Amino acid sequence: MLKIAVLSGKGGTGKTTISASLASIIHGCAYVDCDVEEPNGFLFLNPKLDCNEQVLVQVPQIDEQLCNGCGACVRICQFNALALVRGKVLVFPELCHHCGACSLVCEPKAITEIDRSIGNISWSSNSCFFQGRLNIGEPAGIPIIKRLKQEVSKKIDLKAAVFDCSPGASCSVVNSLEGCDYASIVTEPTPFGLHDLKIAVELVREMKIPAGVIINKSGDQDAIIDEYCLAENVPVSLRVPYSRKIAEHYARGILPVEDDEALAISLTELYHSIRGEVCS
Amino acid sequence: MKIAISAKGRQINDSVDMRFGRTEYFILTDENGQLIDVLDNAAQSATGGAGIAAAQAVLDSGADILITGQLGPNAMRVISSASIPAYQAVEGTILENIQAFAAGKLSKITESGPAHAGQR
Ligand code: SF4
Ligand code: SF4
Repeated sequence: MLKIAVLSGKGGTGKTTISASLASIIHGCAYVDCDVEEPNGFLFLNPKLDCNEQVLVQVPQIDEQLCNGCGACVRICQFNALALVRGKVLVFPELCHHCGACSLVCEPKAITEIDRSIGNISWSSNSCFFQGRLNIGEPAGIPIIKRLKQEVSKKIDLKAAVFDCSPGASCSVVNSLEGCDYASIVTEPTPFGLHDLKIAVELVREMKIPAGVIINKSGDQDAIIDEYCLAENVPVSLRVPYSRKIAEHYARGILPVEDDEALAISLTELYHSIRGEVCS
Repeated sequence: MKIAISAKGRQINDSVDMRFGRTEYFILTDENGQLIDVLDNAAQSATGGAGIAAAQAVLDSGADILITGQLGPNAMRVISSASIPAYQAVEGTILENIQAFAAGKLSKITESGPAHAGQR
């Protein structure tokens, strides 16, 4: 399965429309919404999400009868998820990173791990669409992204999968990128776009993932991006010209490829060139 | 009585730090402003849960009273479970805050302020 990550520095660069468009025109290609804090790909692809699963993590629970208040668990926790107050342990489940260290060091075995749901993943049984959703107020969506990717990997009939990453270069983006064969970085020809592009390029370089740039709202300002890409030897693999139609479609939740033949052709070409680059 | 105050410096004449979890130091004094101890706030650089770790440090210092700017919900939970009264600091030096406290001029913090999420 060819795994393509689509990322961008900030929100609103057209990352979702481009990744959803790409996935929808390639036969046997899944769209995977890794932006678990604000999944929105479903708005464009209208999937039938008939499969669903809670994502559970293990957090400590303290048996107060067994706990002797020694504080070993509090001292070992790297994430400040525990506190010892007047001989009693307080647990802050949202801060727990599920490392299991506290239960290991507890001599009287007062700590058990209990399941806690932090969100869910859902997908269509035809394997075209996958998404994860983090419950509101939860700080870290990485377990959801991991579970999402695991589920996608199980679908061995898929030819390809497009991973729509969350904006920025956070831990969740790193996790979404992990194991991908190629990264498409969507940007806009503005100074902000360039700034964010640089961060994204550094990230994919560090992770040794081949990458290309997609300039959205391409036009007479492209030079700002082109100069950088030339200097850094990063190919510009696609330019999507600004069009009022795309903007209007976006507002109505319609994918631009649905009636933009030129875009459909260039996305197909992009896909084949990625396939060529990765598999050669 | 041992009073803990979030502080920007190590001296009694340094300014109070309105941050709790990310304060530079905690200064411990008695009610007359006599310096007892200074704690470096190890939680300052924590990626998450700074408020909890700072609250734990205040607890472990044996403080009877806390004076600070604002407490996040997690820090509030620790401080109130320990029944340590927390008072709202006013802009100014540590000494001025101790004096204001001794004169009964500081109000109690009863509600937590906004949570400060760490790095994601
Ligand atoms: S499992 Fe790890 S992160 Fe969670 S409370 Fe225990 S030690 Fe802390
Ligand atoms: S390590 Fe175990 S016994 Fe010690 S404080 Fe933690 S829960 Fe209690």
